[in-house]
Amino acid sequence: MSTAQGKVKLPIYLDNSSTTPVDPRVLETMVPYFTNVFGNAASRNHSFGWSAEDAVDTARDQIASLIGSSAKEIIFTSGATESNNLAIKGVFEMYAQNGNHIISVETEHKAVIDTCLHVEKLGAEITFLKVNEKGLINLDELKAAIKPNTILISIMYANNEIGVIQPIREIAEIAKQAGVLFHTDATQAVGKIPVDVIADGIHLMSFTAHKMYGPKGVGALYVRRKNPRVKVTAQIDGGGHERGMRSGTLNVPGIVGFGKAAELCEQDMEKDTARVGALRDRLEAELTTIEESYVNGSIEHRLPHVANISFTYVEGEGLMMGVKDLAVSSGSACTSASLEPSYVLKALGLDDELAHSSLRFGLSRFTTDEEIDFAIECVKTAVYKLRDMSPLWEMFKDGIDLKKIEWQEH
Amino acid sequence: MAYSEKVIDHYSNPRNIGTLNKESKTVGTGLVGAPECGDVMRLQIEVEEATGLIKDAKFKTFGCGSAIASSSLATEWLKGKTVDEALTIDNMDIVEELALPPVKIHCSVLAEDAIRTAINDYRIKQGLEPIESDKKHY
Repeated sequence: MSTAQGKVKLPIYLDNSSTTPVDPRVLETMVPYFTNVFGNAASRNHSFGWSAEDAVDTARDQIASLIGSSAKEIIFTSGATESNNLAIKGVFEMYAQNGNHIISVETEHKAVIDTCLHVEKLGAEITFLKVNEKGLINLDELKAAIKPNTILISIMYANNEIGVIQPIREIAEIAKQAGVLFHTDATQAVGKIPVDVIADGIHLMSFTAHKMYGPKGVGALYVRRKNPRVKVTAQIDGGGHERGMRSGTLNVPGIVGFGKAAELCEQDMEKDTARVGALRDRLEAELTTIEESYVNGSIEHRLPHVANISFTYVEGEGLMMGVKDLAVSSGSACTSASLEPSYVLKALGLDDELAHSSLRFGLSRFTTDEEIDFAIECVKTAVYKLRDMSPLWEMFKDGIDLKKIEWQEH
Repeated sequence: MAYSEKVIDHYSNPRNIGTLNKESKTVGTGLVGAPECGDVMRLQIEVEEATGLIKDAKFKTFGCGSAIASSSLATEWLKGKTVDEALTIDNMDIVEELALPPVKIHCSVLAEDAIRTAINDYRIKQGLEPIESDKKHY
């Protein structure tokens, strides 16, 4: 690691699927709205309120432009978790007379899965579709799951652990034919790849600022107003903000930052994707030169800035200790004392493997060539070192079938 | 989790990684743990027949930093001891030496099991009875 170490600041942040730093250009736009322009956007009687409302309107336009909606269709929330709750609970309540069946997928984020389980207790019927070894749903299974009482299909745009992009347009077409609403959790996709709610056929869409270089604590739910006009029952009651769907004083500085972040993503998407995608590809190409390592999820249908790679016969916590200079996320696919198995990786069928651990890399527009060089060397060194001391690796190299050994569990 | 300096030292500079000839009559091998549990340790001793002293000890471990450190430390302690002395190594000695937190005590238990299993493997090869452990781990 001697070559790259001098040029980079450690630790290196490669966990941008968890959150991104705020872009300095975004922060700069936000600052006046904490002090000078501090009004409540709902105050209609004075200029403080009007200025705040103007700023919110600008942000709404910027965000609408990024996703191809109209400004009026953007409902501001505290983040994607709240948006997912509002979409699923709100549709369940609003459309109760039409049915109670909701279709989702087993690899969704917990904000969707647990919300589905919550409404299940209130009388909803939930179907979680399975995914194949690439992480993709089967469209025929989706069609077959639709019933007369189905009111909502909620399927994520792109997965947070493996970056796999579901066939959104095909799903939307199936929903349209069946007369069922389609919600997508697009938290990982918006701002990173082109998302167009009209072309994609989306009725409700959750997303958040802090995954796209905006601040934490602000997100949005897109709620379609035409063809069809969609309504959700408010989950937070109060002053009737956001067309009555989400009460609460608007987080004006956060929304301003969200707007600016959206504008920058729209403006720089092509450039960022080309550069960050090339870095991701290089990282992945280098790390998969390690024997018995493999990429999790579809390589073809995937976000450009994410890589999830498994290394066999290396234990997860030991690996994390070896890559302590990298801020990455780890999911051990096998049950280990301290690392929870990833339900997403298990859904791909990885639990069949005897022992391996996985690293998720999330790159950003701030990730540098030197950081990727360092990360490649760091991971290679750690994996080789741990394999040198792994009895399982030695057995594998000796051609011993580890599944046939009687392990002494304790 | 914060690891102690000694754990980090053993993880960064593990002592006695390697493999002894498990077919040899003077080598005892202990393979304990399971991949599903996230820890597998293999500990080997080589005994000098004339003196009964452990002249070499090697390990390989699949596991967290504490598991690696526990087995690395065990090999250090084993060298130069007689087989009987080796049996007195207690897992709590390892816990103390490495300052293992409560959630990592099982790593030391595994190391003690590995020592005992290796010694019994050696004893069986020598035509001796394996020694039953009456020790109860919680």
